[in-house]
Amino acid sequence: MTPPAVGVARAESAANTRALLTLEQVQTHIGRYHILHGVDLAIPEGEVTMLLGRNGAGKTTTLRTVLGLWRASAGRIVFGGRDVTHLATPDIAQLGIAYVPEDMGIFGGLTVRENLILAARSGPPDPERLRWVLGLFPPLERFWGSPAGVLSGAQKQMLAIARAIVEPRRLLLIDEPTKGLAPAVVNQLIGVFNELKAQRTTILMVEQNVMLARAIGDRVAVMVDGCVVHSASMTEFEADADVQGRLLGFSLGGQA
Amino acid sequence: MNAPASLQPGTASLLAVWRVRAAHYGAHLLPVALGLAALTVIPFSTWASLTIAGVAMGVIIFIMAAGLGLVFGLMNILNFAHGAFITFGAYVAAAVLARMSGWTQADDAVLNLLAFAACGAAAATVAGVLGYATERIIIRPVYGAHLKQILVTVGVLIVAEQLVPVFWGGVPVPVTRPALLRGSILIGQVAVERYRLVAIVTGLLVYGGMVAVLARTRIGLLIRAGVQNREMVEALGYRIQAVFILVFVAGSALAGFGGAMWGLYHELITASLGSEVLVLTFIVIIIGGPGSTSGAFYAALLVGLTANYVGFLAPKLALGSNIALMLAILMWRPTGLLPASRN
Amino acid sequence: MGLRRILDGILSGEKIGSRVLAWVLLAVVIALAAAPFYVPGSRGLAAAARVCIFIVLVASYDLLLGYTGLVSFAHTVFYGFGAYGAAVALKQMGPDWGALILGGGIGIVSAVILALAIGLLTLRVRNIFFSMVTLAVASLFLVLASQLSDLTGGEDGMTYQVPPPFGPATRLGTWLGVPITGTVLAYYAVFVAAVLLFLGMLRFVNSPFGRVLQAIRENDFRAEALGYSVVVYRSVVSCVAAGLAASAGVMTAVWLRYTGPNAVLSFSIMLDVLLMLVIGGIGSLYGAILGATVLVLGQAYLQDLMQLASDSTQAWPLISALVHPDRWLLWLGIFFILFVYVFPTGIVGRLRRK
Repeated sequence: MTPPAVGVARAESAANTRALLTLEQVQTHIGRYHILHGVDLAIPEGEVTMLLGRNGAGKTTTLRTVLGLWRASAGRIVFGGRDVTHLATPDIAQLGIAYVPEDMGIFGGLTVRENLILAARSGPPDPERLRWVLGLFPPLERFWGSPAGVLSGAQKQMLAIARAIVEPRRLLLIDEPTKGLAPAVVNQLIGVFNELKAQRTTILMVEQNVMLARAIGDRVAVMVDGCVVHSASMTEFEADADVQGRLLGFSLGGQA
Repeated sequence: MNAPASLQPGTASLLAVWRVRAAHYGAHLLPVALGLAALTVIPFSTWASLTIAGVAMGVIIFIMAAGLGLVFGLMNILNFAHGAFITFGAYVAAAVLARMSGWTQADDAVLNLLAFAACGAAAATVAGVLGYATERIIIRPVYGAHLKQILVTVGVLIVAEQLVPVFWGGVPVPVTRPALLRGSILIGQVAVERYRLVAIVTGLLVYGGMVAVLARTRIGLLIRAGVQNREMVEALGYRIQAVFILVFVAGSALAGFGGAMWGLYHELITASLGSEVLVLTFIVIIIGGPGSTSGAFYAALLVGLTANYVGFLAPKLALGSNIALMLAILMWRPTGLLPASRN
Repeated sequence: MGLRRILDGILSGEKIGSRVLAWVLLAVVIALAAAPFYVPGSRGLAAAARVCIFIVLVASYDLLLGYTGLVSFAHTVFYGFGAYGAAVALKQMGPDWGALILGGGIGIVSAVILALAIGLLTLRVRNIFFSMVTLAVASLFLVLASQLSDLTGGEDGMTYQVPPPFGPATRLGTWLGVPITGTVLAYYAVFVAAVLLFLGMLRFVNSPFGRVLQAIRENDFRAEALGYSVVVYRSVVSCVAAGLAASAGVMTAVWLRYTGPNAVLSFSIMLDVLLMLVIGGIGSLYGAILGATVLVLGQAYLQDLMQLASDSTQAWPLISALVHPDRWLLWLGIFFILFVYVFPTGIVGRLRRK
């Protein structure tokens, strides 16, 4: 499985925006399983990059490898000019990366308030910013002092995202934020992500929800069998029904 | 924008909040229920002294179990060497008390209490140092290898148990209580051992202190979060490793202190003290739920009370009754009374 | 190549994996088979019998530790069930085969039931709960054995007669210059039982069930996803191991003609088992053979050495106390820790690597 020359994609984006995060031929083994077979990826700053692909393609593994939760067995990961391939997870996170995992990672026994306090690493959360975050997610204010474990699935997802943005971060790694959520909630999240986009937040998001991807994505990277096989801007990708069909197995119903 | 129905706090959520609160209070009431049940079969004055003994024993077991439970909840490490810290704590305390016989025999309350504090502090310090050494030398090389880590810490426990007769001889060592803490006082019709009252107060202070640190401080927050989801805490940018070492050393120091208190409680200690008590601490952790300090506290009270009540009613069944209690709770609530990890 | 096929069949296909190991194992088996004929005195034969019994005990423990990844402290409890079952029956009902079979049978069955209960109760939560509960159960039975002294003889244990062919009075003439006494017959009963049980274990781990165990050991999530109930499989192994340990207990009861808490239930026996397994090699049943041999021989002869060393260092009391034979467990423990770090695969692992 030889990935196409992704250097092409990198050259493109470099022309317009700096790449905040780059993965060069990153491989990851988990036990005996070889999950990532040489991932090349360039995440431009200030844009939302969608990581697409079928189940088992290695999307979650890619996010986790960036954050150091799983060790890359080969290759290089560069964040903001620094080689972070072999750093420990807390050190990588402290460089300004926030992570919203697939299972949301909520501390169920801690209150909503405590979850947010913990996420605000540099001290008590800035009141202005906190007000803005709670404005985006009203239920969190309602359950402020309750243990987070009693929140519904949608509310937990909101808390997970709130934690990631309670302080400004250079990069957000978000894994399937709309999994299992009702369409109305998804719409609300689209609104939230658009607000983040307006603030030029850099986001790398794994998503299966096509509507969300098209609504907020600036760039697309498609993974198959542990490699990034296609990388393009969202407009280019939407226009190419052929590529969509081949890589995703369905078409986005894009405008030609 | 209007929040759609799915975002309102529905009845399901409120019910969930109340269920969590009920579980909490339920656990608190279990020891009380046990006490009341015992009252129906044991005459009052005996019941009173047994209850005091049970609570005193319970809080001492709590002190010994608390550290082990947090370490277990935080890093999934079952540290059998914890028993060694308990044993050494007891023996160090006994040695310190023997040396300070001038102060312990004196009629002066202040000197007595200072002697008590000194032996406790010495036990805690020695155990803390041993804990640090154990973490660095013994456990760190086998992080993540659960099997090896159990085996290795069991080895340490055995070696420690064998070293005791080398340093202190093979016969049981008496532990002399300071004069102030000897004997009993009369409350109404009931004779209450002074030391037991002191133990209860000390235990409550330790429990209160731990709860305060866990609930009010940032590091307490980190510990509670780490017990639930260690990976996420690291992903938030915290070095949980450093927190863990701190918890491990503090837990070991507490074990030593608990060992000292246990020694004073029974007034006679042997080399196998640690491993015998270790079984009780395991029972407490299983009943209370790993990683939960409050769970451990109420479980310890249950264990202490059960041991004393059953010890009076049917002495041969004493240890068995605690194991039966543990198995019963395992069947009813496999994750413990107040589990901290909710993954 | 017919010989190789036969050997493979006997060993159920469990690879030895090293020429040196094969020769060593063969030597051990031959030595054990011929023990009554060249070992001087009863102490030597006792050591040989101990090796046979420990082979069964340690190999059955390996099923838990090596093949399933479970640490159990209750193995000696099951050992005790078998020993006490047989002992109590022989004492109460007289020295005949009926008593032995009944008592031993009850011991083995109770062990299996207890193991099943512990397994099902604890394994659905966490494996570590299993370890903690087995420790509690072991403490319980240690105390019980001393307390139920009417039945069990308490701290001192109990002596009794064994069925006729094994009794000390039997004399079947002489062979190769050695009198064939009841003791010799008892030894061979123990030896044959050990061989059969060990071969049975080899068959067990190479059966379809054993292969599922292997899969579970490598990746239990995947095994569960494939439809195998990990809890059930682990519990079953726990039962098999318990039954085998109890069988070893019956063997001990017959051989020693004595059963007591220190002989079968004490934690030092548990440690012996652990050490034998770690030294021999976890995860390969052949390790049990090596470990048992090394440790029993060591215990028999090193303790004399320790006494010598202790006597000669009287001038330095600390050293003298450290090497005193009473501190046998101290050195065992240190050895144990070192082996876990430096030779985690034991002797078998080392030999196979060459």
